[in-house]
Amino acid sequence: MKVAITSTGNNLESKLDLRFGRCGYFIIYDTETKGMEFIPNPNKDATEGAGPASVQLVASKGAKKVVSGEFGFKVKSIFDSLQIQLIVLKDNEKKISDIIELLNHENLN
Amino acid sequence: MFTIFVLNICSLFMSPRPSRLRKISNPPVISGFRPYGNKNIKGKVEAVFLHFEEYEALRLCDYEMLNHHQASVLMNVSRPTLTRIYARARQKIAEALVKGSQISIEGGKIYFDSEWFLCSSCGCYFNNPEKQVEIKECPLCKSTSFSVYAENNNNEEEEEEEEEEE
Repeated sequence: MKVAITSTGNNLESKLDLRFGRCGYFIIYDTETKGMEFIPNPNKDATEGAGPASVQLVASKGAKKVVSGEFGFKVKSIFDSLQIQLIVLKDNEKKISDIIELLNHENLN
Repeated sequence: MFTIFVLNICSLFMSPRPSRLRKISNPPVISGFRPYGNKNIKGKVEAVFLHFEEYEALRLCDYEMLNHHQASVLMNVSRPTLTRIYARARQKIAEALVKGSQISIEGGKIYFDSEWFLCSSCGCYFNNPEKQVEIKECPLCKSTSFSVYAENNNNEEEEEEEEEEE
């Protein structure tokens, strides 16, 4: 299953971006193949509609879960209709590698 | 003639409309009741399975003292449906009391009103996009220690924070 994570930078040591629509990078992590893909967010500096556009991007990559710090109300309803699970982490000190470790941890148990 | 024909075809090939999901705003704090002191009953008495929706109907009608119409709106079903659920709840509880059987609260076609859950081990919040499917574990750390996150609590917390800032 693919999980999208919002990130501030394009490496594993960068931290989780608490904004969804205007995050720096999206990381699409595949829990089965352990493969990951870094996608720079094209909507980073958008003045309007960054959220819905980012949803399109994430959904087109086939993610079933999205990890971020916060989701706007527009985004939430679109994700609901696409049946994508939202995970809110209000901890901006968490690194991407920490989150991936958490996701891997689940597979071991 | 044609209508009768269509109706016949429909009854042969179409299944009935699936029942609406019932909305549960307060899940029960316990998962059932066990009788004690059953000296006269020999052998094991089968448990009575009280569905979540029946528990909720009973809670709304007999604990919150709402009428059936108000309760039906809260559970997102029609008034006659709520009355049927409520009647079934009373019937089951009476059966359990008379037979001295255990009551187990489980099952039913329901969804929880609170859409958000809070995981106590990794501290994340998550929602359930598929309302029909019960969440068994935290999607991030797979721990089973999560609780329903009431949005009312959230507002209270925010209010408190605002007050502190002032």
